[in-house]
Amino acid sequence: MSEEHNVQDFIKDLVTGSKVVLFMKGNKFFPQCGFSARAIQLLQSCGTEFETFDVLSDVDVRQGIKEYSNWPTIPQLYIGGEFVGGSDIMMELYQSGELATLVSTPAPE
Amino acid sequence: MFRADAIKDLIESALPACTALVYDDANDGEHFRAEVVSSAFDGVNLVKQHQLVYAALGDHMRSDIHALQLKTYTPTRWEQR
Repeated sequence: MSEEHNVQDFIKDLVTGSKVVLFMKGNKFFPQCGFSARAIQLLQSCGTEFETFDVLSDVDVRQGIKEYSNWPTIPQLYIGGEFVGGSDIMMELYQSGELATLVSTPAPE
Repeated sequence: MFRADAIKDLIESALPACTALVYDDANDGEHFRAEVVSSAFDGVNLVKQHQLVYAALGDHMRSDIHALQLKTYTPTRWEQR
């Protein structure tokens, strides 16, 4: 993935390929950062299945994901292909009950 | 190393009617926490609110600010909190 548009296409395929996708540092069993760990806990508390992508494993995606949603930090949550937010927004949405609603809403056909 | 005061100044000078409370809880100059109130947040979603703050900090978010825990408020929400 030497060319930038390929990274963006790759990310688009990832976020549209699964209902709930979290870009994080590490994986759901071994998060490598406190914010990623908190994001995992919130998703697990919602009882949803989700995919993760470890940005530490791919420097192009680590940079490209920041451009994809104009968002400078990791973790990043995508639901139904749409960017939802980072860990602070996830916490707010969790506390208001919106996160559970978002992850349980069926994807449009 | 970065200073909470510098973050506060950058945010407050970029956003209208803005107050930013910035904390360096660990006192390490890298991990910060901010509560930001601005009329710029009226009528825009949380993602956009945070993006406005990140834009104010520009390249600092990619270099000397390692982490910024962020909570944004419209003036109305701030009074109701």
